[in-house]
Amino acid sequence: MSDITKQSLTELVENIKNKNLSSTDVTKAFIDRSEKSKELNAYVTEDFTSALDKAKKFDQKPNLDLKLPGIPMAVKDLFCTKDVKTTAGSKILNNFVPTYESTVTENIWKEGAILLGKLNCDEFAMGSSNETSFFGNVQNPIDKDLVPGGSSGGSASAVAGQLTPITIGTDTGGSIRQPASFTGTVGLKPTYGSCSRYGIVAFASSLDQAGPMAQNVKDCALLQEVISTYDPKDSTSIDFKRNQYSKELTNNIKGKKIGIPKEYRVDGMPKEIEDLWQKGIQYIKDCGAQTIDISLPHTSYALPTYYIVAPAEASSNLARYDGVKYGFRAEGENLIDMYEKTRSEGFGAEVQRRIMIGTYVLSSGYYDAYYLKAQKVRKLIKNDFDEAYKNVDAILTPSTPSSAFKIGEKTNDPVSMYLNDIFTVPVNLAGLPGISIPAGHDSKGYPLGLQIIGKAFDEQNILNIAFAMEEKINFKNKITDWWIK
Amino acid sequence: MSKKNSEYLINRKDNQYEVVIGLEVHAQVLSESKLFSTSATKFGAEPNTQVSLVDAAFPGMLPVINEFCVKQAIKTGIGLNAKINKRSVFDRKNYFYADLPQGYQISQFKDPIVGEGKVILDMPDGQKEVGIERLHLEQDAGKSIHDLDPQNTFVDLNRSGVALMEIVSKPDLRSPDEVSAYIKKLRSIMRYLGTCDGNMQEGSLRADVNVSVRAKGSKEFGTRCEIKNVNSIKFMQMAIEYEANRQVDLIEEGKSIDQETRLFDTKKNETRSMRSKEDAHDYRYFPDPDLLPLEVSDEFVNELKNNIPELPDDKKKRFIDEFKLSPYEATILVSDIDTAKYFEEVVAKMGKNKDMKLAVNWITGELFAVLNNKNLEISQSPVSAKNLAILVNLIKNGTISGKIAKTVFELMLDGDKDPQKIVEEKGLKQQSDPKAIEALIDKIINDNREKAIEYKQGKEKLFGFFVGQAMKASGGKANPQLINEILKKKLQ
Repeated sequence: MSDITKQSLTELVENIKNKNLSSTDVTKAFIDRSEKSKELNAYVTEDFTSALDKAKKFDQKPNLDLKLPGIPMAVKDLFCTKDVKTTAGSKILNNFVPTYESTVTENIWKEGAILLGKLNCDEFAMGSSNETSFFGNVQNPIDKDLVPGGSSGGSASAVAGQLTPITIGTDTGGSIRQPASFTGTVGLKPTYGSCSRYGIVAFASSLDQAGPMAQNVKDCALLQEVISTYDPKDSTSIDFKRNQYSKELTNNIKGKKIGIPKEYRVDGMPKEIEDLWQKGIQYIKDCGAQTIDISLPHTSYALPTYYIVAPAEASSNLARYDGVKYGFRAEGENLIDMYEKTRSEGFGAEVQRRIMIGTYVLSSGYYDAYYLKAQKVRKLIKNDFDEAYKNVDAILTPSTPSSAFKIGEKTNDPVSMYLNDIFTVPVNLAGLPGISIPAGHDSKGYPLGLQIIGKAFDEQNILNIAFAMEEKINFKNKITDWWIK
Repeated sequence: MSKKNSEYLINRKDNQYEVVIGLEVHAQVLSESKLFSTSATKFGAEPNTQVSLVDAAFPGMLPVINEFCVKQAIKTGIGLNAKINKRSVFDRKNYFYADLPQGYQISQFKDPIVGEGKVILDMPDGQKEVGIERLHLEQDAGKSIHDLDPQNTFVDLNRSGVALMEIVSKPDLRSPDEVSAYIKKLRSIMRYLGTCDGNMQEGSLRADVNVSVRAKGSKEFGTRCEIKNVNSIKFMQMAIEYEANRQVDLIEEGKSIDQETRLFDTKKNETRSMRSKEDAHDYRYFPDPDLLPLEVSDEFVNELKNNIPELPDDKKKRFIDEFKLSPYEATILVSDIDTAKYFEEVVAKMGKNKDMKLAVNWITGELFAVLNNKNLEISQSPVSAKNLAILVNLIKNGTISGKIAKTVFELMLDGDKDPQKIVEEKGLKQQSDPKAIEALIDKIINDNREKAIEYKQGKEKLFGFFVGQAMKASGGKANPQLINEILKKKLQ
């Protein structure tokens, strides 16, 4: 079956359950396509031989009651995977092989899925274009030399390019939703505390969340159902009643109230983004829901707040990469010299920039003016959402202020790079769930996404809205396989 | 006793200086597992055998608070008569060192689990109250070993992540003796509570000592120096002595004291500058985003409060009231929980007709001497409380004399023998038959007629000679009281 890789996760699960396909068939197909797709540079580590072994083993005694029976899957290289190298896109972890498994990936394997390999990402998830990875740029399957977004760039590229039927990314300020938007795929950032952070290389602990990236909303719901579990090993994991997201998925959103925040109409936003948003509003209405204009007054402070909080936490989280215990070590004259050499050779420029910002904002004398103030503003941003949710069930915004850009276009302009996350960052600061769905194309034919933001723990609701809109939008991703010779 | 006599002052020419001391005591929480991981905490294990992925700060590892350690800290807070904070926050203290795997220590900075409290010290000239500023929970670091290899430093992470309580006193201490009493009291309270074993040799209890001096009578504090990580009471006292004199000398020379962190060199008996205020680390404290604020309910705290054992101060009061002990005796017996336990067991085993004074004297006299000689803790005593109680009762009811009791006690040391049996087997029972003693005395007087006459003529000190002879003749077994009575009668 040559069209295996074109199938959605839901179709593949069905075909394996009906025994139309074996896990080996499916795994082979995705390995073959991955082999032909080296130019995308989506993988950091391939685990194909082992994947095929696991598929064969699965087929010998298939457990078809599982949710992901024999489904091959590549994951972002930020998830620690037992006995498989985990780099976080960094030189400093280039030789690091964990002896343990992250809770999220553990949940996935428990449901029968098989690891294909580890996907490229921005170094320590710091970036919006996958250009900060030690392992090189990732190509967007949409067009040559186009960034796939970041930091989950390899994941987005792999799903859009059909190198994996589905994947998981992590989202600290937009790292799932922005690349999903850039590649015409669906990406969900769950509520903070929904998915365990145990075994995920930390960037900014109070913002990091793992989430699914898929070709459609239903697939996304199914994977969310698998990965979201309460985990006592993560003190910030929350024990709430989780839905059977895929089973409970419905396109009936009649009567839902969707907020349209006026502050997201930012200066200099391209007209095609504004048009897309208007189209989205129309789709909402077509689905029988209503839109209500709302205000999130502190939106403009979100990005500066994020670029204080996230680097502050990162500067501390990344202190453990010191060359002493594991990972890359540069030899030095003494301890301090070894630290300095290890960290300046082991970390890339963007990571070093953020460590310095973070160190600065936490320094005595600056703490109150930066970190403490940012925490206060963060609270105000959260309050904005709480206030808005008194009147609406969800919020609709564009996912990004532009479509994907060319590799190298923004490399030397960090602020313009940071602006990519302007619509996604407030969601992380408030700890809310947000989903990006493909909703149209710009004049160049590049995909554009819309974001639906929900109340905390209300993933089902935003998945339903996304599901209903998906049907109306009827988006078709334009994948030409340009990279396959 | 007058207060003046015990005042600790440093004298120079015409000037007298008072020493002001505050302590930051690091007490290892008595717990099977670490503060944020399930690794064991046993002392003396092979290097790096009690280290989890969390303790070694592997990527993606997260801390999870150990509830038992939280309870231990709260219990200690209760023992220090301190305010228990229902909400406390864990912060990260950021600095780089090879034995600090995370690159930060999880500690409590702004919002500690325990607030202000106090402890009472029993000083020779009366009681002294020392204020407690706070108690917070924090992780210990690992250990860097510099002397195993000429080129390399080895790191042992067994201690990494072990729970510590940092107990900060107010600057209320005024002398090395008070510091000694304070440490002993803290240790005693925590051992009663079972929250810290107080073992200073194993590093379970160590302190940073803040020292400043000021002219006697001054109300202003002088500039202080912090002496880091001193691990015995003796060294603390020596360090304070040295440091206070050093500061006084500087003042006398018209120089100023720099606020700095110093190290105590135990070999040279001096403190040395480690880093100045300018070089102080900027620890960039901020709330640990991996941990939620720690919140405890009233019920949680009350449950712990209701199960607090009798603490030394209360026990002392009870010993005085109930057993009519002197405050001095009571203080000695309650200072260590095992001594108090031993004493109370002796009291219980002595039954109704007990001689409390005798029991106290035997414990603090003979028993303590043996323990001292053999370098044993009372928990390892070769004589059980039960058998000591029997021995005391044998003296009390006249079965044996105090002198014979010492012989019996010696024999008891070998295998905790029952004194009753020793007395029977060795025939050491006291001779209390007046007729037998009378016969014995008659013979002695008869044998020493001249001395008897001398005595009767007024040489009264010869009475002791006759007592000695009678004792000797009875093999030490004759009841000394009866000997006295009968001799007096016969020599009249």
